[in-house]
Amino acid sequence: MSNYNLSHLKELEAEAMFVIREVVAQFENPVLLFSGGKDSIVCFHLARKAFFPAKVPFPLMHVDTGHNFPETIAFRDRLMKETNTKLIVASVQDSIDQGRVVEEKGLLASRNKLQTTTLLDGIENNKFDCAMGGARRDEEKARAKERFFSHRDDFGQWDPKNQRPELWNIFNGKKNMGEHFRVFPISNWTEMDIWQYILQEKIDIPEIYFSHTRPCFVRDGIIMGKTDFVPTKETEEVRDMVVRFRTIGDATCTGAVASTASTLEEIIEEVASTRVTERGGRSDDKRSEAAMEDRKKEGYF
Amino acid sequence: MSKGKEANSYLDMDLLRFTTAGSVDDGKSTLIGRMLYDSKSIFEDQMEAIEKASEKKGDERVNLALLTDGLRAEREQGITIDVAYRYFATPKRKFIIADTPGHIQYTRNMITGASTANLAIILVDARHGILEQTARHSFIASMLGIPHIIYCINKMDLVDYSEEVYENLKEELEHFSSKLTTKDIRFIPISALFGDNVVNRSKKMDWYEGGTLLYTLENVHIASDHNHIDCRFPVQNVIRPQSAEYPDYRGFAGRIAGGVFRKGDEIMALPSGFTSKIKAIDTMDGELEEAFAPMSVTIRLEDEIDISRGDMIVRVNNKPDVTQDIEAMVCWLSNTPLNPNGKYAVKHTSNDVRCMIKEINYKLDINTLHRNLDDRSVNMNDIARIKIRTTKPLFVDKYSRNRNTGSFVLIDEATNNTVAACMVI
Repeated sequence: MSNYNLSHLKELEAEAMFVIREVVAQFENPVLLFSGGKDSIVCFHLARKAFFPAKVPFPLMHVDTGHNFPETIAFRDRLMKETNTKLIVASVQDSIDQGRVVEEKGLLASRNKLQTTTLLDGIENNKFDCAMGGARRDEEKARAKERFFSHRDDFGQWDPKNQRPELWNIFNGKKNMGEHFRVFPISNWTEMDIWQYILQEKIDIPEIYFSHTRPCFVRDGIIMGKTDFVPTKETEEVRDMVVRFRTIGDATCTGAVASTASTLEEIIEEVASTRVTERGGRSDDKRSEAAMEDRKKEGYF
Repeated sequence: MSKGKEANSYLDMDLLRFTTAGSVDDGKSTLIGRMLYDSKSIFEDQMEAIEKASEKKGDERVNLALLTDGLRAEREQGITIDVAYRYFATPKRKFIIADTPGHIQYTRNMITGASTANLAIILVDARHGILEQTARHSFIASMLGIPHIIYCINKMDLVDYSEEVYENLKEELEHFSSKLTTKDIRFIPISALFGDNVVNRSKKMDWYEGGTLLYTLENVHIASDHNHIDCRFPVQNVIRPQSAEYPDYRGFAGRIAGGVFRKGDEIMALPSGFTSKIKAIDTMDGELEEAFAPMSVTIRLEDEIDISRGDMIVRVNNKPDVTQDIEAMVCWLSNTPLNPNGKYAVKHTSNDVRCMIKEINYKLDINTLHRNLDDRSVNMNDIARIKIRTTKPLFVDKYSRNRNTGSFVLIDEATNNTVAACMVI
């Protein structure tokens, strides 16, 4: 009898490192999309592990909506400096200024959908042939069928009915000129795996994931952080609340949860007993039952 | 117990990947929905969404099957047309479900889902017994080398939870499955619809003394599912920092595909045949004394020998076959049939070569296991035995010996599509 057994986190780590190494071997100019959120922080950590003691052999790209929580940006810049990593910022504001996209108007305006154009432009301008990202299959139903290596045509579109079969651990990154790939090294991780891994590896994350007091208001049952980018209705009362964020996206569509969890252990306990999915606080997914599928087909992450 | 301890207890879990096969009406989606629901892996907003959707469709009760039907086309047609991955965990284990459709036209999806699974759940309708598709699913699970099979005799509620019906079916299945290569085969009577023996013990089948499905999934021994005998390390990348701190560092990055490598081991690099010793096994967390499948590590050697991506590090006295002529079972995945005189790209471990088809030995009827020597046209979902010759030698093991070094895919060079899944015989 052998005792050679890996924990689930070690096995997921080995799988993700394998995928990232395949990307570097199979593509000429890959990039890791980095939002400053916990999933992309974990991806970056895995990339460092995959090539240690060498530097991560690809740059990071942040598709910046301009609607960030300042803590996220401060964290991002500190991490890049500490690890001596190259970061490219693709800005939605630039896309708006160049007339590539038109900003949504009104109370529910969000730049989330506009990101797609900025992302695709960023990929094209930098001639990236593969964009890695921290999307997970457990996040949303349309993502449950996403491959590790996801082929995009020359318009950056995803064709869910025409995906390449992916067997064993063999990843086919062959493509024609102009096409690119999206690769998801942590496809098989769940929110819980991410938190456990952050705890196990002692990975630093932005402080807004932990409980803190900030001015908030409630819209459609979702707690929103008050920022300059989110206009409030007169009926929406802004007050200090004790909250934390489960995801860090565009501040206009990322909801907070009331929480006193101020350590990783407390967050894990909270995640274990929680009754709403992580994306439940994201108004962008609630637009229709197939909202995510539609955005993915257009080239959204 | 302190809060910290509780959080840390999650760190001891291991990982089981399983696949579920069943035909459209076997209640497969219901079973998965039931497992997620009873193990409290469904969230309130997901439940709300499917309650709403069930109501809209006019379903009598909440349709748990809706939880797993991901893409719009599937929701419209009410069938699963692609492999969908689901996740849930208990304090003992994390589970990855490859949910695959059961129709014969989706054999390729089933094979995709089965390729990474440790265990297969095969659903059998208690009223109908062994159908053609039961045989097909069993054969695919066995051919893909899944070490454990659980037959769930479902819809026991429709046969009055009868022990006799279950025992007869079990006997029939035991007889039939003796033809399979799978060693660990189990049987559980369930009702996915009402949850009997799925997560909770059935009150209506006290004659059944075995574990529930979830208990079985949590306790199946999976540590020996990986090959820990034959040392195989396909090199993915060469790590050369060329930095001030590591001026002469040269390490070989890869994921161990078999065996246990230890510091000091004498190794051979293929195809060169040069030998050396393992100087260190590196990770960012520090050096390891030993590493085993499926770990991702970086290996350094005592001697400077030329090794690059596609090469394989093995033990001197235990080598894979180094060959250009390979016989394999192939499952065809593409709309465009296999071209008997065709050339294809091959991906095997970290190796990229080309091959030509030398021979199609026979086509296999996967319902009857009959070998068809007359019709050798290989179309989508067909399974055949073929011979190929590659442009460069590959380092292969029999698939039954090692699923990593015994598997490869064929790629159509015109479309770049993955067109075939192949298992070395």
